Amino acid sequence: MKYVDEYRDPKAVETLSKEIHHITRHPWTIMEVCGGQTHSIVKYGLDRLLPPEVTLIHGPGCPVCVTPIELIDTACELAKLPEVILCSFGDMLRVPGTHEDLLRVKAQGGDVRIIYSPLDAVAIAQANPSSQIVIFAVGFETTAPAQAMAIIQAQRLKLQNFFVLVAHVLVPPAMEALLSSPENRIQGFLAAGHVCTIMGYEMYEPITQKYHVPLVVTGFEPVDILEGVKMVVHQLEEGCAIVENQYARSVHRCGNVEAQRIIDDVFEPASRNWRGIGSIPNSGLKLRPAFARFDALQHFHDRIHLTEATTSPSSQCESGRILQGLMKPSDCSAFGTRCTPDHPLGAPMVSSEGACAAYYRYRPESIAKI
Amino acid sequence: MCLAIPGQIQRIADDELRTGTVSFAGVTKEVCLALVPEALVGDYVIVHVGFAISKVDEQAAKESILLIEQLSSGQTDESPSS
Repeated sequence: MKYVDEYRDPKAVETLSKEIHHITRHPWTIMEVCGGQTHSIVKYGLDRLLPPEVTLIHGPGCPVCVTPIELIDTACELAKLPEVILCSFGDMLRVPGTHEDLLRVKAQGGDVRIIYSPLDAVAIAQANPSSQIVIFAVGFETTAPAQAMAIIQAQRLKLQNFFVLVAHVLVPPAMEALLSSPENRIQGFLAAGHVCTIMGYEMYEPITQKYHVPLVVTGFEPVDILEGVKMVVHQLEEGCAIVENQYARSVHRCGNVEAQRIIDDVFEPASRNWRGIGSIPNSGLKLRPAFARFDALQHFHDRIHLTEATTSPSSQCESGRILQGLMKPSDCSAFGTRCTPDHPLGAPMVSSEGACAAYYRYRPESIAKI
Repeated sequence: MCLAIPGQIQRIADDELRTGTVSFAGVTKEVCLALVPEALVGDYVIVHVGFAISKVDEQAAKESILLIEQLSSGQTDESPSS
C-alpha cells in the first residue's frame, strides 16, 4: 500500500536505528503521546532497536482510556432506555464502568450499535424515526471534526431524534498537565501526528519554550517513529527545545483550517475529568449553546441517574499512572493475571490503543508467571 | 482511536458531504471529502472514521524517503573504513 509500505521498510528501520545509536551520548526519556504510536512501538519492537540510554514512555493519548467512568455509566444508563439506540465506536463497549460495561447492557437487551463513522449514526437516526439515537462521541482533536460534521448533517436533515453524549478531549492541556507534575520525567515528546493533522503545531511552541522540552510531530509507521526519536534525541543532545515536524506528508504548521472551523462552529472548550488522572482545565469540548438541543445529557436528564465524578476506576488498577507514563503495564501486579482482555480492571487493557492491551498482545513474556 | 490510513480518491460525488470513493489497496469505501476541498480524483488522502483529514503531500513524502536513503548510503560508505 502506497505511503504505508515504504514506511515499514526494514532497511530504512535499520538505518535509523544505527543513526540513533550513533548520535546518542546521554540518557533520555521520551514520551510518545498517542496510543497508536505505542501500539506500533510494541508491535514492531521499536523500543528494542534503541540504545539503552533512550527510554520511551507511553502517554495518555488513548481517548477511550481517559473517558471518565461517570460518562461510561451515563452511556450504560442511556443504552438501557427502551427508546434509545446508543451508537459507539467498538472500543468503548468493553470499557468497565462502575458496575457494568456497554457490552453487558447490550447482552441484556439494550440497543447498542457499533459504528465506524459518526455519519453512520446519522443514517441510523434517519432509518429509525421512532427511536432516539445517542452517539457516544469519544475522541481527540482528530475525531472532533467528524463528530461536528455529523451534528451539522443532523441539523441539515432536521433530525429530531439525534443526540450526542460528548466525551471529547484535547491533547495540549494534558501534555502541559504532565509537564507541570512534580513526578514528571519527560524530556522530549513525539507529538500525535493525526491530532496535529487537524490542529497544526503552532500551539506547542509556547509549551516547548516554557518547559524546555523538544517536540517532534510524528507519524505512526516504524520509519516515522524512529525518525521522530532521532530528531528528538538530536535536539536533546544539542540542548535545543523546538517544535519539528517529521510527519510533513500529512501535517502542516497551521493544520487543517476547514476542520478547525467546523470544530469551532459546534464545540467550545470545557474542563474535563480524565479517567485515572483527574480534572484538567479546558481539556475537553462541549456543545456550543446554538447546538444545545443535541446534548444527550440535557435531553435525557430526567430519565437517568448521573454518578459522581471519580478518578479511580478500581483500587487495583494502575491505569492512571500508566497513562501518565509513570509506570509500564508490565510493572503492574495485576497485569495479565487479575487484569486481562477478558476480565479488564481498566480501559487500557481493552482499548485498541491502550498500552496494557499492546503489552498483553505483543509481549506475552512480560506477563508474570503464576 | 486516531487511526487513519492513506487511500486514493477514485470518484467524487456532487453532494453536500463531498462524498468520495476511496481505494485502500483495492478495497473501496465511501468517504466524506468535505474537510479536504483541495483534494481531487487521483490524490491520496489520509482517512479517519470515514472522513479524509488531509491530502497526502507527495513532495514531502518523497523528500523524507530520499533523506533516509541518503542516510543509508552514507552509513554504507562509512562501513568499509570503520
